[in-house]
Amino acid sequence: MAVVTHHAYLAAEPAVATAADSPVLSFAWLLFALPLAGAAILLLGGRRTDKWGHLLGTLLPVASFVLAALILFDLLGRAGDARSVSVPVYEWFTVGGFSAGVDLLVDPLSISFALLITFVGSLIHVYSIGYMAEDPGRRRFFAYLNLFVAAMLVLVLADNFVLLFLGWEGVGLASYLLIGFWQYKPSAATAAKKAFLINRVGDLGLLVAMMIMFAVLGAVSFSEVFAAVPGASDGILLAIGLLLLLGACGKSAQLPLQAWLLDAMEGPTPVSALIHAATMVTAGVYLIVRAGPIFEGAPVAQTAVVTVGAATMLAGGIIASAKDDIKKSLAGSTMSQIGMMVLAAGLGPVGYVAAIAHLITHGFFKAGLFLGAGSVMHAMNEGVDMRRYGGLAAKMPITFATFGVGYLAIIGVPLLSGWWTKESIISATFGVGGTAGLVLGSAVILGALLTAFYMSRMVFMTFLGKPRWEEGVHPHESPASMTVPMVLLAIGSLALGAFLMLGDRFATFLAPATGAEVHHFDVAHAFTAPYGIAALVVLVLGVAAAWAIYLRKPVAETAPKGNLVTVAASRELYGNEINEGLVMRPGQVLTKALAVIEDKVIDAAVHGLGAGVRDSSSGLGRAQTGFARSYALTMLFGAVIVAATLAVRL
Amino acid sequence: MDPMNYIVLAALLFTIGAVGVLVRRNAIIVFMCVELMLNACNLAFVAFARMHGDIEGQVIAFFVMVVAAAEVVVGLAIIMQIFRTRRSASLDDANLLKN
Repeated sequence: MAVVTHHAYLAAEPAVATAADSPVLSFAWLLFALPLAGAAILLLGGRRTDKWGHLLGTLLPVASFVLAALILFDLLGRAGDARSVSVPVYEWFTVGGFSAGVDLLVDPLSISFALLITFVGSLIHVYSIGYMAEDPGRRRFFAYLNLFVAAMLVLVLADNFVLLFLGWEGVGLASYLLIGFWQYKPSAATAAKKAFLINRVGDLGLLVAMMIMFAVLGAVSFSEVFAAVPGASDGILLAIGLLLLLGACGKSAQLPLQAWLLDAMEGPTPVSALIHAATMVTAGVYLIVRAGPIFEGAPVAQTAVVTVGAATMLAGGIIASAKDDIKKSLAGSTMSQIGMMVLAAGLGPVGYVAAIAHLITHGFFKAGLFLGAGSVMHAMNEGVDMRRYGGLAAKMPITFATFGVGYLAIIGVPLLSGWWTKESIISATFGVGGTAGLVLGSAVILGALLTAFYMSRMVFMTFLGKPRWEEGVHPHESPASMTVPMVLLAIGSLALGAFLMLGDRFATFLAPATGAEVHHFDVAHAFTAPYGIAALVVLVLGVAAAWAIYLRKPVAETAPKGNLVTVAASRELYGNEINEGLVMRPGQVLTKALAVIEDKVIDAAVHGLGAGVRDSSSGLGRAQTGFARSYALTMLFGAVIVAATLAVRL
Repeated sequence: MDPMNYIVLAALLFTIGAVGVLVRRNAIIVFMCVELMLNACNLAFVAFARMHGDIEGQVIAFFVMVVAAAEVVVGLAIIMQIFRTRRSASLDDANLLKN
């Protein structure tokens, strides 16, 4: 087992690329500039671009993908240690001793993300051409999607926390715009605001973490911050770690900032697939892995990360098991899977590769599942209630096949993508050893059981069983522009895991960037080790349980009353109620109290002063009679009094 | 002749002028009364200068004359303008600044 223990940042400053050094890398800024230009053209061009806007909007992310692939080949042509390249683009701003540059960090980690974002993003753009064909706002939709892709690429390519924060806020904005894309629906507008507000809480954590970095460590660029970590005090590292975790929780819908993700399903389905499943919600995992040296210096923060991840993994799985809305069930699943990645990322270098690999395969099969759900919704007149689906396999063979592949991948059927990455998370977790390893490992196994159950439930209720369609619904297969991306994602769900894990390709590739340890993935061992067998047992158990409840017996068309557990799960474990009770209502009371104080104290004082001046001046104004002669009399009296006073004094 | 007589005369003239300013409405008359008051002052200055054997009172009288001349020019112009716009020379009608 080869173990790479050194960290690229600690070993050496990344080489600075110059144009002569590598022509491809010097154009790395085009990665995000192209989609950004697309967003600008579509938004500023207005209706003139209606006819070809969606084509341009699709072409630019594809171009970004091609460029990302070229950069990948450029990196692969270098030695392992030379694969972290800093690409300065221009100086953004300088204030005193502080300067933030638009500097890109092209390394195996960022380029992996860039490839995921641009590839899945391009496919979802293609899918959207068909999905949004009838929508009058299609051009605006593509503009926002391009904006999202650009912001997400800025986020992952940034070489310092300030630029990362710019992308971080950019994806938040794009997410807000796209969740609320159908803003005429009050539920969509509310969901967009909710997502934005909850994300603000997390963003504040990231912002304060940056301020502490600047104040204490004196830098915000990755290399400088990580170089300063060994000399920083434990308290500071803990504070930065916990604040970064808060940021990650907001963006990745981890407890306690998870409540927005299920409501975010109000957005169009391609948005749910791209932003709220494959890419944006994984930004938290990226942040934790990228800031690895900080977390490694703060074991308590790592424990917090692992705890948050494990709790979210289980909560998400429970919620997904009870939701009848296909998209919300998938959203619960996303929460759960990202919780699993966060857990792995919190384990330190041993879990980084597993977390990022699972993130990438998850990006493929979850995006595929969402696109499949969108295809089903399209066929069912936009109905989302799985209790009114059923028996769609015959009517929608391509959707069923691609959804089925995604399903088999996510539940971890051996040799499909999900199995490789989930297995490496499980082995990394048990690898921690001791009680902690046992508890966390069991939690992940339990999470896998929940995954098998809710995903089987979804497939059984949607594609198998007897039709329970509403009247007037005539399911049909979706057009090619929608099925082709689904097929491509299904191929990824089939083979990507094996491609990444066989021969430890991904681990070896990622190691120089994250300091991750290269663990050999032993296929035979994964089948024979106790945890591997346990994972297969829970897989069978989960599928069997779903079969017994949702396939053997007919599914009721309306949800049964349910017991305490299912009611709690279908109400998202009372996450909204907790937010309401802890934050919203006290907040409302506070604002009301402040409004009263504002009205009765501050306003009263200001108004009282104004009224006093007004009344006294109108009283004085009455002395102004307008009769010049009376003024003259007053003057005379005044003069007499002055004269008399002078006379008496003298 | 006792210069005190001139002082008394000046006081009388000033009183007549002041009463005229206070009781008359016609701007021209009021203006003339103001002139009367100014000249009463001049008379008093000159008389005091004589009484004290000091030239300064006479110098001041010349200043007052110059200022009075300037005041006549400005004052008459204002009265003309008011008369043109309001067709009245009554001081009580010109009360735009009331309250």
